[in-house]
Amino acid sequence: MATEVVMPQMGYDMQEGKVLRWLKQEGEQVARSEIIAEIETDKAAIEMPAYAEGVLGKIYIQEGMTVPVGTVIAVITAPGEEIPDAPPADAPAATPSEVPAPALETAPAPPVVTPVAAAVPATGQIKASPVARRLADELGVSLSQITGTGPGGRITKTDVQGFSASTPAPATPAPAAEKTKEEAAAPPRLTIDQVPETIQLSPMRRAIARVTSASNRDVPHFYVMGEIEMDGVMELRSQVNRDLQEQEGLRLSVNDFIIKASARALAKFPNLNAFFEGDSLKMNKTINVGVAMDLKGQGLMIPALMDVGSMSLVEISKAVRHLAERARSGHLTQEEYTAGTFTVSNLGMFNVDNFVAIIFPPQAAVLATGSVKKRPVVRDDQIVVGQVMNCTLSIDHRISDGAEAAQFMGELKRLLESPALLLM
Amino acid sequence: MPEITIRDAISQGLKEALDNDERVFIMGEDVGYYGGAYAVTKGFVQEYGERRIMDTPISESVFVGAGVGAAMAGLRPVVEIMTINFSLLAMDQIVNHAAKIHYMSGGQLKAPVIIRTVTGGGAGLAATHSQSLEGWYATVPGLKVITPATPYDALGLLRTAFKDENPIIYAEHDLLYRTRGEVPEEYYEVPFGQARIAREGTDITIVANSGMVRVAEDAAKKLEARGVSAEVIDLRTLRPLDIDTIAKSVHKTNRCIVVEETWRFGGFGSFIASEIQEIAFDDLDAPVARVGCADVPAPYSKPLEDLQIPNGDTIIREIERVIGL
Repeated sequence: MATEVVMPQMGYDMQEGKVLRWLKQEGEQVARSEIIAEIETDKAAIEMPAYAEGVLGKIYIQEGMTVPVGTVIAVITAPGEEIPDAPPADAPAATPSEVPAPALETAPAPPVVTPVAAAVPATGQIKASPVARRLADELGVSLSQITGTGPGGRITKTDVQGFSASTPAPATPAPAAEKTKEEAAAPPRLTIDQVPETIQLSPMRRAIARVTSASNRDVPHFYVMGEIEMDGVMELRSQVNRDLQEQEGLRLSVNDFIIKASARALAKFPNLNAFFEGDSLKMNKTINVGVAMDLKGQGLMIPALMDVGSMSLVEISKAVRHLAERARSGHLTQEEYTAGTFTVSNLGMFNVDNFVAIIFPPQAAVLATGSVKKRPVVRDDQIVVGQVMNCTLSIDHRISDGAEAAQFMGELKRLLESPALLLM
Repeated sequence: MPEITIRDAISQGLKEALDNDERVFIMGEDVGYYGGAYAVTKGFVQEYGERRIMDTPISESVFVGAGVGAAMAGLRPVVEIMTINFSLLAMDQIVNHAAKIHYMSGGQLKAPVIIRTVTGGGAGLAATHSQSLEGWYATVPGLKVITPATPYDALGLLRTAFKDENPIIYAEHDLLYRTRGEVPEEYYEVPFGQARIAREGTDITIVANSGMVRVAEDAAKKLEARGVSAEVIDLRTLRPLDIDTIAKSVHKTNRCIVVEETWRFGGFGSFIASEIQEIAFDDLDAPVARVGCADVPAPYSKPLEDLQIPNGDTIIREIERVIGL
């Protein structure tokens, strides 16, 4: 039986993908799980395996073409089987069997359904008459903005006309008048190199815009701020880094400690490691810490360190370095894009006192950390110099409340202020 | 322009044909000395004689069959069936013979018979005398079905019928005989397959035929008082059907309701509704609505019969329910 190969959804916000390269040609034998194509998403190039065994019967989408998620891009057939000339006209959106199955043993299923659907009513379809649809199309008006007054709330032609009339038309330029002397004396117009330039957003920038807007709009954020004394971490770090550098060419970063401490705190407060799913919470069984990474001008990415709960500090450090390399070269696995259950965002290297981060849905929380700085602190009623890091936890209030968030913050503080605990 | 009744208009058309074409003759129950059950042929037998105005036995299958045969033999018979309810006795002659002989003889034979009959309810004549079955005949290829609603159309369509080479069901509504209207003295014809805009409007198209045209006009008048401008289309002929005029109207009004004086189940209104949604889907602002008779045999009781047959208020209620004007 012919198996359709569809543009996979890699990451909940992925809406389209580009076929970068076909690694198999039409007529070639493919084994299950064998890489058949390279797909470029908003964020990276990803290798796409075959989900069926057979012959790559027909390639519908050629290299370089971008198509929506769920589009049939090729078909795998049994040897000798007839090959459909064209993909089915009503190719369904990616069905579960065709979407790369997440590795359930090690990671929670990536959320495939976009939780952002504010404009679409519960029925999933806007009720509008055919002529209203045509008219809205002609006027460039979105039906989702219009309230229907027809039977059963149907949007009618009048509704579209009314909406269109109430929406301010682009300002028409004032009639050209005779130039007055004042106008003639007005400063000269912009020269050609003073005219602002319009730059198209990169796919990644667009994805970031989409995700952060949705999160800021739909996720009720609240924030808990803390001040953590990092003298212990700095001391421990300098003790081990000398040996580590010699033996493994490795140095633990402050961020490695933050990731480790976060994972430990999450184990104690599993709500903050959960996903919000409407009427229920998905309690993730592994702790996958997403690490916000700056891609040097290309944007931001939050690949996940899988199952951090079982990793030592050194393992975390190695894994983060590996993750960063692959993120920058565009070689992350699909799982690493989607499987994060909590995010750590660290701007410490930029000399930042404190900042507030936006949650990466469907995660419950994000930890934003500033630089470790020398500050006056009070110890035993004495003002002394301490190394202090400010941090802000952003939490989805649908999942958790202030008390729990505060306790999480307390646990984080306890672990980082007594970093030997992180070696246990 | 003289104002005459539909009865007069039909009489005039028949006389013209009798005068101008000696192949034309009329036969049916009581068409001669009684002058026709609805007095359309009053005085005809005295003027044209028994050879051309023939009273027949009460046997529809016999005289319709004879009319079809006469037409095949080269005459231009007009067969009057007292009401369309009785045409069921001649169904085989009409559907299996008149409608098909041209086709089945490979074009060698024709049956240009005009079957005049009376359709519609509302006269308190009970279940077996009050049906509007013209829609049934309209389903049959080979037949033409004419349903005039005004004196002008009654005459103009009859003239066209006499020129047509096909068997024709010419259905006169029992309550319309006394309807008056202007008819020019100059000769004119009304072509088949061309609907009439009975009333212009911009908000909704009401499609009707025969007795339902005036009901639709009544609804339109009441709607006007509510600030709704309804366009009324009189189909004039069910087959050929002028779907283009309806589609053009719907393009303007974006809404359509089809009214027929028969049961909605399988009625010709369902065909029109289906055609309109197919042709004019992108023009529609609401589903195509339909109004027909209550799904029961016509009651004898006058108050109940009034409830069974659509009236202006029935149409308005349906518009409110489905279209929500």
